[in-house]
Amino acid sequence: MKTLAIATNTFREAIRDRILYLILVFAILMIGSSRILSLLTVGAEEKIVKDIGLASISLFGVATAIFVGVGLVFKEIEKRTVYTLVSKPISRSQFILGKYLGLVLVLAVNVAVMTAFFFGVLLAKGWMDLAIGRAIFLIFIELMLVTAIAILFSSFSTPILSSLFTVTFYVIGHLSWGLLLLADKLEGEFGRMVCRVLYRLLPNLDAMNVKGAVVHGIEVPLAQVCAASVYGLSYTAIVLGLAALVFRRRDFL
Amino acid sequence: MPEPVLEIQGLRKTYKGHLSLTSREVIKGLDLRIEPGEVFGLLGQNGAGKTTTIKMILALIFPDAGTIRIFGADHLGVTLRARIGFLPENPYFYEYLTGREFLRFYGQLFGYGRAERNRRAADVLARVGMSTRADLPLRKYSKGMLQRIGMAQALINDPDFVILDEPMSGLDPIGRREFRDLILDLKAHGKTVFFSSHILSDAEAICDRVGILKDGRVALAGRLSDLLSPAVASWEVTISGPAFASLPLNGFSGSLISVRGTESLVRVDAEADLQRLLDVVRSSGGRLISVTARRDTLEDLYVREVAAR
Repeated sequence: MKTLAIATNTFREAIRDRILYLILVFAILMIGSSRILSLLTVGAEEKIVKDIGLASISLFGVATAIFVGVGLVFKEIEKRTVYTLVSKPISRSQFILGKYLGLVLVLAVNVAVMTAFFFGVLLAKGWMDLAIGRAIFLIFIELMLVTAIAILFSSFSTPILSSLFTVTFYVIGHLSWGLLLLADKLEGEFGRMVCRVLYRLLPNLDAMNVKGAVVHGIEVPLAQVCAASVYGLSYTAIVLGLAALVFRRRDFL
Repeated sequence: MPEPVLEIQGLRKTYKGHLSLTSREVIKGLDLRIEPGEVFGLLGQNGAGKTTTIKMILALIFPDAGTIRIFGADHLGVTLRARIGFLPENPYFYEYLTGREFLRFYGQLFGYGRAERNRRAADVLARVGMSTRADLPLRKYSKGMLQRIGMAQALINDPDFVILDEPMSGLDPIGRREFRDLILDLKAHGKTVFFSSHILSDAEAICDRVGILKDGRVALAGRLSDLLSPAVASWEVTISGPAFASLPLNGFSGSLISVRGTESLVRVDAEADLQRLLDVVRSSGGRLISVTARRDTLEDLYVREVAAR
C-alpha cells in the first residue's frame, strides 16, 4: 500500500515529464518509417519491418529505463524531497521498491503504446504472428532488469555516472556469451575459471533476446520464454535487494 | 519523572570528504533531553550543527557514536515515525502536484484510507491557512506558501512529537505570527515541539526551554525563566538639550549609544549612575525624554554564550 503510493507518485512524475513523450514519438516514427526502409529491399520486406519494430521497442524502452531510472532516486535526494518521505513511517526498502515499480509501470505503458502501433502496422500488412508477442514480452522482462540496474547505480552515484555504468552493463549483458567462448580458447585453468565466474555473475541479457529468431520465423518454445523470464526476474530481485542494502545506510546530506 | 520524548546521549558525527581525505567533526558528544508537552528551541549559529542533529534524530543520516531514543524506543524504528511530524529547512516538494494531491499522497504513506486522507488533507490545509490555494500546483507556490504546505504535511498524522527545522525562515511577519500561534496551539493540545532557529525573538516568545548549540555540543540548556535573570540589567535613557559629552559627569559608568539631533541615547548599568545622570541633566537645563529598564534577553544570553571562547 505504502510502496504502491510511492510507485503511483513516481509514475505521475514521469508521465508529467516531457522527455518520455519525446522518446515515444521517436519510437513511433521509427516503427512507422520501417515501411519506407523495407521498400529498399526486395523480398525481405516483412523481416525488415519486424526487425526494426522490435529493435525500436527494445532500444527506446532501454533509453527510458536508463535515462529516467538513473534520475529517479538522485532527484529525490538532490531536491531533498526524500527528507520528508523517509521521515514518514516507510522503510528505505519500500522507498526503493516504490520508485522501481513506478518506473516499471511507466515502461509498461510505454511498451504497450509502441506495441499497439507496431501491431497496427503488422495487421495492415497481414504479417501478424504470435511469436512477436513472446519477443516483446521478453523485451519487457529485460527492461525490468535494466531498470533495476539503473536504480542500483543511482542509489549511490550521480546520474551521469549511473547512466554510464548502466549502459556499460547493458552492452556487457548482451556480449557476456563471449566470455564462454573466451574460456574455451584460454589455456590456463585460472583464466578459464575467471571467465566462467564472470559469465555467471554478469547479467546475460541475450537470454531474453529472441528478436532474431522471431524475425526469421524460427520457433521460440514457451519453455524458453519461461526460463528466460525466471532468470530475468530472479536477477532483478537480487539487484533490487542490493540497491535496498546500499540505500539502507546511506546519509542524506 | 515521565519518560522523555527525546533522549540523546553522546551523539557524534563526522562528515567525510571525498575518499575520506578531509573530515570535519560537526557534532562532538551532544546530550539532550526533551520532556513531554514542552516547546524546546535549539539555537545556534549557521553551521553549528542544528540541521545535522535533526537529521540524525530522523535517521536521515547516521551518527558515528551515541544513542537517540524517541518515546523510549530506538530512533531507527519505522513505526515510531507514525507519531512524528517533520518540517525540513527550506522544504522542497513535488512541484507537479497540487497542494491537496501532495497531502493526500503523504497521507497514503501513513496507510490512511481514501476518505481519511481527504479529511485529514482538508483539515491541515485549513489549519495552515491554505484551503483556498490547495488546488494550485506547488510549482506556483511562493516560499511562504511552501513553508505552510510543509507544515501541513508535518501535521497530517496529528503527531505527538513535531520537529521543525528553521520553521520561521522565509515567512513574512504575519506568517511568522501565525506559525508561532500554531506552535503554541500544538503545545496547548499536549504535543511536544522541537525546533531549531536562529531567530531569537521567536524562540523567546514560544519556548519553554532552549538549548544553545556550540562547537558540536549543547553549551547551555534550560528554562528561559532560569537562564534569564529577572533583575534589570541596564537602563536606556534618552535626554534632550546639552550634548552628552558636555555634561559634568566625572567617573560616570554609562555610555553614549547614539545621537539624533539634540537627543542622546545613553546606556547606564548601575542605579546610582542613573540617579546622577538624571540630576545632572536637570541642573544643566536639559530634558528627560524617556527611561527604559532593560532586562536580560535571550539575545544577550545567546551573544554571551556564542561569543565566549
